[in-house]
Amino acid sequence: MSDIIWLNILITGGIALCAAITLYITAQKFALRVDPKEQKIEDILPQANCGGCGFAGCKDFAHACVNASAADFAKLYCPVGHSEVMHKVSQILGFDAPKRKNTCAVLRCNGTCQAAPKKIDYNGLKNCRVANLVMIGETGCPDGCLRYGDCLSACQFGALTINAKTGLPQIDADKCTSCGACVKICPRHLFEIRPISDDNQQVFVACSNKQKGAQAKNNCHNACIACKKCASLCADIKVEQNLSYIPTSVSPSEFGQELANNCPTGAIIYKSQVKKGKKNV
Amino acid sequence: MLKISSSPHINAPITTQSLMRDVLIALTPAMIVSMLMFGINALRVLLTSVAACLAIEYLITRYLLKTKNTTCDLSAAITGVLLAFNLPSSMPTWMILIGAFVAIGIAKMAFGGLGKNIFNPALAGRVFLFISFPAQMTQWPKPDFLNFLNTDIVTSATTLGILKQIDVSSSASIKASQVSLTELPNYWQMLIGDTGGCIGEVSALALLIGLCYMLLRRVITWHIPFYYIATFFILTAITWFNTDNVHFEPITNLLSGGLLLGAIFMATDYVTSPMTKQGQIIFAVGCGILTYVIRFYSSYPEGVSFAILIMNAFVPLIDKFTPQRVYGTKRK
Amino acid sequence: MCKKTFSFGGLHLNKHKISALSPIQDAGVPPFVYIPIKQHIGSPAQIIVKQGDKVKIGTLLAQAYGTISANIHSSVAGEIKKIEEVQSESGYFEQVITIQTTADDYEAGIDTSTQISNDIPQNSAEIIELIKAAGIVGMGGAGFPTPIKTSIPANKSVQYLIINGIECEPYLTADGALMLEKPEEIVIGAKILNKILGIQNAIIAIDENKPLAIEKITQITKRYVGVNVTVCKSKYPQGGERQLINDVTGREVPSGKLPIDVGCVVQNVGTVFAVYEAVMKHKPLYERIVTVSGDTNLTTAGNYRVRVGTPADYLLNLAHTKQSQIGKLLFGGPMMGISSVSLQAPINKTTGGLIVIGTQDSLRAEESGCIRCGKCAEVCPMGLMPFAIASNLRRNNTAPLKALHAADCIGCGCCAYICPAKIPLVDYCKLGKYEANKQK
Repeated sequence: MSDIIWLNILITGGIALCAAITLYITAQKFALRVDPKEQKIEDILPQANCGGCGFAGCKDFAHACVNASAADFAKLYCPVGHSEVMHKVSQILGFDAPKRKNTCAVLRCNGTCQAAPKKIDYNGLKNCRVANLVMIGETGCPDGCLRYGDCLSACQFGALTINAKTGLPQIDADKCTSCGACVKICPRHLFEIRPISDDNQQVFVACSNKQKGAQAKNNCHNACIACKKCASLCADIKVEQNLSYIPTSVSPSEFGQELANNCPTGAIIYKSQVKKGKKNV
Repeated sequence: MLKISSSPHINAPITTQSLMRDVLIALTPAMIVSMLMFGINALRVLLTSVAACLAIEYLITRYLLKTKNTTCDLSAAITGVLLAFNLPSSMPTWMILIGAFVAIGIAKMAFGGLGKNIFNPALAGRVFLFISFPAQMTQWPKPDFLNFLNTDIVTSATTLGILKQIDVSSSASIKASQVSLTELPNYWQMLIGDTGGCIGEVSALALLIGLCYMLLRRVITWHIPFYYIATFFILTAITWFNTDNVHFEPITNLLSGGLLLGAIFMATDYVTSPMTKQGQIIFAVGCGILTYVIRFYSSYPEGVSFAILIMNAFVPLIDKFTPQRVYGTKRK
Repeated sequence: MCKKTFSFGGLHLNKHKISALSPIQDAGVPPFVYIPIKQHIGSPAQIIVKQGDKVKIGTLLAQAYGTISANIHSSVAGEIKKIEEVQSESGYFEQVITIQTTADDYEAGIDTSTQISNDIPQNSAEIIELIKAAGIVGMGGAGFPTPIKTSIPANKSVQYLIINGIECEPYLTADGALMLEKPEEIVIGAKILNKILGIQNAIIAIDENKPLAIEKITQITKRYVGVNVTVCKSKYPQGGERQLINDVTGREVPSGKLPIDVGCVVQNVGTVFAVYEAVMKHKPLYERIVTVSGDTNLTTAGNYRVRVGTPADYLLNLAHTKQSQIGKLLFGGPMMGISSVSLQAPINKTTGGLIVIGTQDSLRAEESGCIRCGKCAEVCPMGLMPFAIASNLRRNNTAPLKALHAADCIGCGCCAYICPAKIPLVDYCKLGKYEANKQK
């Protein structure tokens, strides 16, 4: 009886030993040599693999960080992790942390269901990119939001929702990481990644229509008609191709309220508190 | 206001519902034969099965999934008919209900409904019943032509059962085999359905009429039935010539059991067969080989349902490796 | 004669060629024409006239600009009222030259007689110049400038000139009517193109449902060397460039390549007729044949010779269309045409037909789940798998589009036409093509 027990122990033990040796050898032979720093940086990164930094994924970004010189490193930025993550990364590498303003996406269209009612009966696939190829859009505005929400499917952070009342995508600045997926997918290029000022404010022209005032207004009450009122209030604002653009250099806290109040159509949007989670300074 | 959409602006007059309706029409000859042969009991099995399938699908879409009601696409009705076709007419009603629940609830709706199921629902239901209630599933009432109200069950053996018995007994006792040989139905009986078996599979003729109808209406193409039956026929013929064993007699094998029903109505199910012609041929040949192997080398007399279910599992793989050749690319 | 057809997919459609035997009527001159400055693929032409200018028929209004472009000529005599933006059929605004018309007055040099002349100029460079000056573009629908298509790069050679007289779209009969009325002109046009290409092998492909045209043109080709007729099966999309090449020559244009890479040049019969008129009659391309057809309760069907820039509603009035009951107005055929946003959109060089669809038939049927029937892949003339393209795009998965050859889709509409679940497969394929091209 005891013989059988010993035999069993011997056989199983032998198998275990062989397996252990094989495993050890393969582990040694096929081990991936990763720079420990690279591994550390990758662990810090948000692992969203969104491509917002310009690299294919977080691993590539970590690789680029490790191989970057001080000057190159200043150009690298993870828009999802913001300054906190970049601060940690820079500590590992011993560089200065690159400082950038917080940003979030804004929609440069305010063609709500109320302001731009449907004029065309489209019954094809409810997809912005297809509809844009097929026709001008249900509102009749050649540059306006098509309201089918391709951007929602592109956003992996859930920062975009369609507002049931306006029909337009709504950006939750607290969730938006400025990865730029919406900018890339929108066939009409309506999204812009805009900085949020230090006091948590933004002001921008929510219109992209380049038609002449009367024609634009014909489709949408909120369209920019290039009246140049905003330009008269703030010299930095340029009006080109029948469309006003507020450069990021314009301070929202200084001009925001005034610009929004004075815009005759409501094309300028001023947000006094962009991120809800953050208190105004 | 003008309507806008991308092209095309006209559509073929076919819908999912019209296709399924065509399949149901193709099933009617076999339905009629089943009632002529097995009387009121066949009608009971059919009605129970169809009604149960439709009801279960309705209840699941309504209360469980809370999606649109999909019963009007008639696919559940087809599952019901096919499930009934695969049952003997003496099947107790409560067992049919269980079969219908497995077919629709588990094999179809649990996967997400029409178009998403991996296994043919009717076959899944049949195999579940076959394994759970082997006694009831292998009790075959004798066909009783035009005697509708006869409920006295006189059991008989199926052709395949007799063949299997011959095979087992041939080595043991020659006498026994001689006795069973006389019980074998002739070709004519098998064509019109005067033989024991599941209610839908008995008449080869009725099933072939259904096939012709579906081919004419372009519901299916000839590939799957042809390659399935041809593979099976060739394999049995080869073995028959080599062994001279009556067990392998190809024409009897072709006309008996669920082979025609399976090849025409089950293997050609859109959802659970490959999408491209090439894939369909591989699928059908696989079904043929498996049917042959199960019928002759396993303990079961019948192998069609298992063969199709096994090949169903391979469909995603077949689809992956048999894409169509794109115009302007090299032939592989 | 053996009837040829292509090897992939295809559909047998109900042809609805109501106006097949209607003679070509002159649509006349509308009070205003709106001539778009971009009626072709490539860059818009540059306007060389200004408001208030008096123009004649055939006056150059805008000059080709850049490598791929075409001249635009006035189709009427009159005064330029405005240079403005109006909605094209897709609803997008395009720049047009609006002309208030007066009585017809032709530019000097244009020969308006219908007498056939077959005295082809000897110098092919001279011929190309004439075609270029006349602003000829492919009139089958794509609008690719013809002079570029017929100038063969030095490293390539041509063996076949295929004249596309198929017109496989239902309802459309413009090309068929042209072949019935101007058969000899088309054959001479083919000779001219033969001359430019330096070959003696023009094949006029006609589908079997136009027996009269086949007979007439076959008779005429007996008198002209180097022009032959091929009869093709009546199958959709027989008239697709790649399908037609496959038919006639048995060759396949490799994925991502052009017909010239397999030694073929394909020209529509309308284009060939325009080439004849440009070279022999010095007549620029300012009018074309347009079929008005569709729902017989709403409109009469007919073939019209229409000046470029004529608003669609003028033509619909001529055909006694009940305009208030139109559900969809199509520019082009029902399988590939564009459903117009506006009834006033101007007709341009590539508009082969105006199809009227009633309100009942213009709504798409409700979509249901894919039943994996594989019919879409069966009918696809490019051998694609539309169901796979659609299911990947539904999951926002754009990675496999390249392997699925989504960019090879010709948008013929076969898949969406046949789909029993009414899935808008063409919409998905358009999206797939857009995404696949973006990946490049």
